[in-house]
Amino acid sequence: MLSRRLLVAIAAVALTSPVVAQEKSIVVASTTSTQDSGLFSYLLPIFKQKTGIDVKVVAQGTGQALDTARRGDADVVFVHAKAAEEKFLSDGFGVKRFPVMYNDFVLIGPKGDPAGIKGSKDIVASLKAIKDKAAPFISRGDRSGTHTAEIALWNVAGIDIEHDKGDWYKSIGQSMGAALNAASASDAYVLADRGTWLAFKNRGELVIAVEGDKRLFNQYGVMLINPDKHPAVKKQLGQQFIDWLVSPEGQNVIAGYKINGEQLFYPNAGSPDA
Amino acid sequence: MQSDTSALALILTADPTLLAIVRLSLIVSLSAVAVAALIGLPLGALIALTRFRGREGVVVLLNALMGLPPVVVGLAVYLLLSRSGPLGPLGLLFTPAAMIAAQTILVTPIIAALARQTIEDLWTEYHDELTAMNVGPLHRIATLIWDGRFSLIVALLAGFGRAAAEVGAIIIVGGNIDGFTRTMTTAIALETSKGDLPLAIGLGAVLIAIVIVVNAFAWMLRRAGERLAR
Amino acid sequence: MMRAPPSDLPIRFGDVTVSAGAVTVLDRVSLAIQPGAPTVLIGPNGAGKTTLLRLAMGLIPPSRGHVTWDGVAGVPPIKRAIVFQRPVMLRRSVAGNIRYALAAADIPRERHDARIAELLALVGLPDLASRPARRLSGGEQQRLALARALARDPTVLFLDEPTASLDPASTKAVEDIVRAIAARGIKVVMATHDLGEARRLAGDIVFLHRGRVVESGDAQAFFRSPQTGEAKTFIAGELLL
Repeated sequence: MLSRRLLVAIAAVALTSPVVAQEKSIVVASTTSTQDSGLFSYLLPIFKQKTGIDVKVVAQGTGQALDTARRGDADVVFVHAKAAEEKFLSDGFGVKRFPVMYNDFVLIGPKGDPAGIKGSKDIVASLKAIKDKAAPFISRGDRSGTHTAEIALWNVAGIDIEHDKGDWYKSIGQSMGAALNAASASDAYVLADRGTWLAFKNRGELVIAVEGDKRLFNQYGVMLINPDKHPAVKKQLGQQFIDWLVSPEGQNVIAGYKINGEQLFYPNAGSPDA
Repeated sequence: MQSDTSALALILTADPTLLAIVRLSLIVSLSAVAVAALIGLPLGALIALTRFRGREGVVVLLNALMGLPPVVVGLAVYLLLSRSGPLGPLGLLFTPAAMIAAQTILVTPIIAALARQTIEDLWTEYHDELTAMNVGPLHRIATLIWDGRFSLIVALLAGFGRAAAEVGAIIIVGGNIDGFTRTMTTAIALETSKGDLPLAIGLGAVLIAIVIVVNAFAWMLRRAGERLAR
Repeated sequence: MMRAPPSDLPIRFGDVTVSAGAVTVLDRVSLAIQPGAPTVLIGPNGAGKTTLLRLAMGLIPPSRGHVTWDGVAGVPPIKRAIVFQRPVMLRRSVAGNIRYALAAADIPRERHDARIAELLALVGLPDLASRPARRLSGGEQQRLALARALARDPTVLFLDEPTASLDPASTKAVEDIVRAIAARGIKVVMATHDLGEARRLAGDIVFLHRGRVVESGDAQAFFRSPQTGEAKTFIAGELLL
């Protein structure tokens, strides 16, 4: 009886999709923001149809994605924290960084707006107000691109958030979606990328509190992991993906991704300083 | 999976993505149980039937391992299978094979510990008779496993329940890759994270229904076995 | 490798002592069990009857002294069988239990069905072949255990108080079977604390008290004129302390 079950299991494994990595495929370490926004579900089938390459996206926070890439567990890394990406390059783990697209961060908050900042275009002043009024705030706390941006903004506001935080500041160590869920459940403010926010369904009483500040700019970059450090990296296929992303065709596809008629990401591969 | 459709709609239209996710969940968990049974049943029988120094310590350890935290196992397997790790060249990270491996580690102690208890109890009962009938050691083990098969099946179902329900290990070693390593539990985690709670709950109901079906199937096998018992 | 003797009889106990910790269960027992009519072990509870049977079966070793079967020590229990006081039914059908015993005794598979029918007829359970064994009554289970023991065609059959928990009708059924078995030439060695049963079945008596063989010999002689005070007290039905 036991052996029958084993045979069924083996047959199932053998007859269905291969259990180990396929030939024409790459692993891309990317962020939960890009996953949760739905961009990949939109983009990857188009790429596969054109090239036959299966892109397997492992979605983690930016920090974790770069760690995965450092270990050689991915072929391409696609994140949104320029400083961290450049360190990755200078440590020799990446070949070259290509800017791909940008969007912006938005400060999400409860409709009741306890910090009195709704409609502001000044993110720094808003963060100061949140701290002064001890309004509830959710931080991703996971070394993601969003978290890195959040810390940088606190710094611009002259606040050392690690030392100056109080009970109003909750660091949850999870993805953007989880952070939005937490903010929705506890009527708190949270910094989010616009893409994830537009795709997010559990809004509750949350609305956009602050947007449009130039300092909320959020740039995405893509890199091939250095085959010199990790010989198993799929150089050609990975580069094919990168080339397509920055090509006019790929950039058009990115621009074409909309939710409720609103565009989430703005291609800018043509701006080399981005 | 369209995120603006309900779980019910997906089931009724036999949405191919949903079917693929269900199929992967079953393949991963059932395979893990199968391998764990191959290791755990003989291991449990061996510990039940032999006397050796430190045996009680081994029994305590085996029972304790039933409570291995899935996320810790996931992390350990990840480090082993990472391209920077000792088994990196196998290229198994972020594949269903890695998920099966991690779940096998979680399930084997459950099956071994429960099998040990079942077989030890049965041996206490059968000891005199089997010794008097001059039954050899291998034949003894076969008899105990066969006669104890209903309790052992429950041990397998306990293992399956554990495997089907966990997400911590497989999300780390599998990467929750769309269309490749996404299972019921990791899909539920993802939809929750995207804020689509109704879909997540719907998928949860599907998962529970599947576990019930597997248990019902085992129950039917047992009834058929009882009817055929000679 | 020693060749097993053709028969395991006579079974000789040479100054055998069995201790369990500080307790002496059998004390310097020297005894011979010869082929022929049934040998019945009698004595109060705790006298050591069960231990003696287990020794003779070869299930336990003596702490001191030796046990031989037809002069050979360490003979495996191929030609011997035992029915325990509370026999354990395997989780199978009645026929399945006998089949298991046949397989354990290396009886060829072609002979199984015929043998099962024969044995079930002998012990009076012919219609219960497919019943789960654990659902039989106490008396039926005792008889199935008998059938199981006989499956291997033993030369010696040990019975440990086979009718102790049975009603009179079942007791008679079992005693009739024992007589039939003995009539076929199988040596029966039976323990009982029922004096009437001993009188009905015994050819030889071994009377045990506190781990020692107090008297042994022809049954009729024993009951007519017991030699020792303990035997007299026991036969008179009084408590023997």
